[in-house]
Amino acid sequence: MLSAFVGVLRRDLRLAMRQRGVLVHHLLFALLVIVLFPMGTDADSAMLVTIAPALLWITVLLTSLLSLQRLFRPDYEDGTLEQFLLSPEPLPIIALARVVAHWLVSGLVFVLISPLLALLLDVPAQAIPVIIFSLLLGTPTLGFIGAIGTALTLSLPRAGLLLSLLIFPLYVPVLIFGAGAIRAALTGLPYEAPLYLLGALLTLALTCAPWAIAAALRISLE
Amino acid sequence: MPRWMHKLASPPYFYRTSGKLAPWLAWPGVVLMLCGLYAGLVLAPPDYQQGDAFRIIYIHVPSAWLSLMGYSALATTGFIALVWRLKLAEIAVIAIAPVGASFTFLALVTGSIWGKPMWGAWWVWDARLTSELILLFLYLSVIALHNAIESPRTAARASSLLALVGVINVPIIHYSVVWWKTLHQGSTVFRMDGPSIETAMLVPLLIAALGFTLLFGWLVLWRLRVLLLWRERRSRWVQRVLAHG
Repeated sequence: MLSAFVGVLRRDLRLAMRQRGVLVHHLLFALLVIVLFPMGTDADSAMLVTIAPALLWITVLLTSLLSLQRLFRPDYEDGTLEQFLLSPEPLPIIALARVVAHWLVSGLVFVLISPLLALLLDVPAQAIPVIIFSLLLGTPTLGFIGAIGTALTLSLPRAGLLLSLLIFPLYVPVLIFGAGAIRAALTGLPYEAPLYLLGALLTLALTCAPWAIAAALRISLE
Repeated sequence: MPRWMHKLASPPYFYRTSGKLAPWLAWPGVVLMLCGLYAGLVLAPPDYQQGDAFRIIYIHVPSAWLSLMGYSALATTGFIALVWRLKLAEIAVIAIAPVGASFTFLALVTGSIWGKPMWGAWWVWDARLTSELILLFLYLSVIALHNAIESPRTAARASSLLALVGVINVPIIHYSVVWWKTLHQGSTVFRMDGPSIETAMLVPLLIAALGFTLLFGWLVLWRLRVLLLWRERRSRWVQRVLAHG
């Protein structure tokens, strides 16, 4: 079981490393959203700090939606996914490995560049650790929820819009607690509680979502 | 599964039985709803603070209850459809979803109309309003997914799974939004220390709620019958039903 997990993880990471361009595209997309936003306003720095928590998290949600297109679809189209379903290894473990690999190349990278994005929005330095922690705890949950939606819409050729309708309502708690933690840190309030709740959501997603993803994959491929 | 459930799950038997059951839901539903609304809109005393404006409660609260009850029913039938693969449960998922979505929409609209004189705004980012709005999106996503997938069985199973994922999230979404902010008045009917609402106001509310619930059941049942006929349109029993009425 562990070997299946490690095997799938290494395969996915190697594939992602061979297509580094895609990774760069996602980062550029996030950067552009953040850069374009102040241009639509008068870029007053006090106002930018006020909206920074929401803006950072909305950017995360949008980037996550885009990157989900690469989670199962290429493997669905070339038939690899059917082989995964036929394999004797438990499908939830395979699904877990795929979501973890996907998070390492999309979510984690976003976490790493988030200080830069925060600087663009003029966020004070003391809030940056909270931004990093909230993203570290929140982005994997987005990956798990998104994977369920992606697996359900696999058989549809152009599922982008439908996917957003499916997963954005489910993203709401992560958005509230994630942006809430940053907002609390910016206003000097205690920010631990929303971070703990993000951790609780991650635990729930980690334990339940792999089974839901596996069930969704079986429905889409039956 | 017990034997009567097997029997009930057979489409021709269900079609006959539900046809006999339907008027028993529809007529009491209409009568109770009209009685409840008359008692609430005319007989009940005006509120000491909100005057006559509070009377929209007799539509708003039953719709809001049914929006949540409908989602629970959706998730329950979704679970049955996924586990036992009953064709009837698969059809029930898409029979319930639009009705539940309509009641959610009704709750949102009446809440908005109520909010204008009370809070001075059509829409406020209050916890209950926001979670009700997200509930509407959850309903719409189940319907959209069902419509997008062509094969009816796959569509039913996919939207069942989505409804189940959604039902785990409904309490989480609700509490996350409650902690975010709250302006809506607290619950006045279901409380540990008994209802805090005046009996003369409460009784019409309960009557109206019961009437709404029966009508909800009737709408779902009727949709279920029609969808069942369409899904089984090539089978012999449907031909017989259509020929002999």
